[in-house]
Amino acid sequence: MKIKDVPQDDDGFLQEGKVRDLCYAIDEDGNYKQVLSIGWNPKNEAMKLALQLVDEQVENTKQAVIEGKLSPLAYYMGKNMMDVKLLSQYTGIPKRKIRKHLNPNVFFKLKPSLIEQYAKIFNLSIQDLLNIESVKISKPFNEE
Amino acid sequence: MKINLQHKQAAHCENGVTSNLLHFYNIPLSEPMVFGIGAGLFFSHMPFIKLNFIPVTSFRPLPGFIFKRVTRRLGIKTKRFKYSNPQQAMNEMDLLLEKGIPVGMLVGVFYLSYFPQEFRFHFNAHNLVVFGKENNTYFISDPVMENVETLTYDELAKVRFAKGTYPPKGRMYYISEVPEKIDLKGAIVKGIKQASKDMLTIPIPMFGVKGIRFMAKRLKRWPEKLGEKKAALYLGQVIRMLEEIGTGGAGFRFIYAAFLQEAAGVLEQPWLLEVSKEMTIVGDKWREFAYLAARTFKKRGTETATYEQLSELLMIIANQEEEIFKKLKKISL
Repeated sequence: MKIKDVPQDDDGFLQEGKVRDLCYAIDEDGNYKQVLSIGWNPKNEAMKLALQLVDEQVENTKQAVIEGKLSPLAYYMGKNMMDVKLLSQYTGIPKRKIRKHLNPNVFFKLKPSLIEQYAKIFNLSIQDLLNIESVKISKPFNEE
Repeated sequence: MKINLQHKQAAHCENGVTSNLLHFYNIPLSEPMVFGIGAGLFFSHMPFIKLNFIPVTSFRPLPGFIFKRVTRRLGIKTKRFKYSNPQQAMNEMDLLLEKGIPVGMLVGVFYLSYFPQEFRFHFNAHNLVVFGKENNTYFISDPVMENVETLTYDELAKVRFAKGTYPPKGRMYYISEVPEKIDLKGAIVKGIKQASKDMLTIPIPMFGVKGIRFMAKRLKRWPEKLGEKKAALYLGQVIRMLEEIGTGGAGFRFIYAAFLQEAAGVLEQPWLLEVSKEMTIVGDKWREFAYLAARTFKKRGTETATYEQLSELLMIIANQEEEIFKKLKKISL
């Protein structure tokens, strides 16, 4: 790849002065130099595809939460790309219990200390975690 | 307190950490040099190991190998630690910092606050250097970032004890002893020999040049076997591994070409310049693959390549890489 061919396709993923891709490309004399790139379309597309997949799954869960079939915990677990196993590792709460907490009837009656443990992992306030409105207004990755 | 470590951005985190730490101890090796000596170029496609339901494809060896190989080949002594208790891991790091020793470590990126949101997946093999502390804040040299970043005590403890696949468990490492004279030439030759061996002779079809052919054969059948949607996801994942932050473009092939160019000068072996050019051409082919693959899963334009064409392109790449490493295998001082 020549320096002049290093792509600069900005799709909002990277940020100048903060984080850009460091590429190795050749100059006019064939010598390798470092060049910063703000992005490349094929890669941006691959990134979007991966995020889309997360969004689709999260969107389904979101509907289920709004309809009262699942607790907000299910939504934030998906949004944070976690499964029950990973959430259990982070919180120290047994998987069996987490599965029960996905039920809204159980979840909203949990003691505050447990709710706080979950809120901390998702970087949320306790109020936000308990409020279904917060789930409703939460945006998918591809719109953020 | 801030240790006088120069933060220099690199394409890949482990190269960058190794290079920045070596610079601190007056061994000024570039990123490509570190990458080449550490035999960082590789290929593996493991359909039986899945991450997020997608087969693992990788263009590099296992995390930690580059630092280990480079220091060993240069006769540099290192110390490494692993912890079960976060507080102990943080305390022992603090003690090293107080002695003026910059500390390399493994972290998970999901809770890495300065990373762009879209890149914060549950990936646990990121490397950075901590080189100072003021009050409750640590100075971080993260090779992927353009500038020095900071993390609070809690933030750093959290990423050092990230959970999930291959948890870092507070792993940290530092350089403890540097020899008076290093054998750079010998280290380069060893690095090239190892990369050649890894690319050509591992007797399992998933690795090296054989691995590229293995993936080519399987990729051809993805649409019929998995359906369009899943095939697109699999293809997207290959592009991400090939081009994601840290490869320097084309799955490290360009960094390796840069290394061969530098090595030609150090070893005074001009034939390596020719091989470097060939490597650049292969890199361009990998880029072409990524370009066509993205077109394929987006299904647009007239350049839509079929999976079969992509498979053929991979076969060509495999042949060219095989030629290159057959030449490189013969290297000697």
